[in-house]
Amino acid sequence: MTLFKIFRRSGSAPIARERLQLLLAHERVARSQPDLLGILREEILEVISRHVPFDPDRVQIKLDRGKSVSTLEVDIEIPNGLDAALAKAS
Amino acid sequence: MAHVVVVTSGKGGVGKTTSTAALGAALAQHGEKVVVIDFDVGLRNLDLVLGAERRVVFDLINVINGVAKLPQALIRDKRLENLHLLPASQTRDKDALTDEGVAKVIDELRAKFDWIICDSPAGIERGATLAMRHADAAIIVTNPEVSSVRDSDRIIGLLDSKTVKAENGERVEKHLLITRYHPSRAARGEMMTIEDVLEILSTPLIGIIPESEEVLRASNIGSPVTLSNALSAPARAYFDAARRLRGEVVPMIVPSETKGIFNKLFGRKAA
Repeated sequence: MTLFKIFRRSGSAPIARERLQLLLAHERVARSQPDLLGILREEILEVISRHVPFDPDRVQIKLDRGKSVSTLEVDIEIPNGLDAALAKAS
Repeated sequence: MAHVVVVTSGKGGVGKTTSTAALGAALAQHGEKVVVIDFDVGLRNLDLVLGAERRVVFDLINVINGVAKLPQALIRDKRLENLHLLPASQTRDKDALTDEGVAKVIDELRAKFDWIICDSPAGIERGATLAMRHADAAIIVTNPEVSSVRDSDRIIGLLDSKTVKAENGERVEKHLLITRYHPSRAARGEMMTIEDVLEILSTPLIGIIPESEEVLRASNIGSPVTLSNALSAPARAYFDAARRLRGEVVPMIVPSETKGIFNKLFGRKAA
């Protein structure tokens, strides 16, 4: 929100320009590639489900596209008994 | 040789139909033989903007289906004898618009006209992709506003990949037409400037159409703005854009409210 405060006096157009430049940089790359996020999600979940049972509805995936770094956050709710499952797996 | 031009944008309501009518008329006023085609099947409006809505008998899909011959479907403008309209169908299913059918109609028109201007529907569905499919050149209509610029970027991607030219390893010539520009709001930093939009889309500019009540008035009375008020700021901007489309070098005038000094400071030459 600090960005907003800085530009509020001089108008919101510079914010529009910055947001677009960032978004389009990502969209242009994404256009020429298969659905990277979809593939990552599928493969990560596949690996985990091999070892630990979980409810696919209880998985949250968040993506934040940044200028230099983007983050992919995968939040999987695993039922109790993880320790036992891990011990069995090893 | 005939030029096939698509007027496209992705986003709706940015001024594709208005610009098709104004540019088509401007070219016809220069003595060129022009046909404008409405590709917005089910939601046609080019007939209304051109004031020909009561004269539509046959349409593009009738021609594709063989119900009507092409000359029967073409409507000649009452004011400009060089300007013709091929309307879209208002009721028929848009699946009737086929790639082969459109290709055949465009081929037939190429033999008869200097300019074939295809008014694309909004979106990136069949109507929009078929409108751009056979284009030699594209006019991308953009408002200086985030959603319009984003959609224009998407459309530019499609022009570079889904057209016949692109598939043959050639390039569709792309031109950016900025419409509904408010010079005072851009000066106050409330609206992106021409430079901002050009930098983001990196596409050559063909014209800047200022926001004007003349544009609304023109569509109210069913006349392209270049005919209804040829001396108005938007009409002049469309005339200049039409001349650039024909390959002329015309200095680009950035619209401004404080005319004179401002224009001199920010006026630029077209590439």
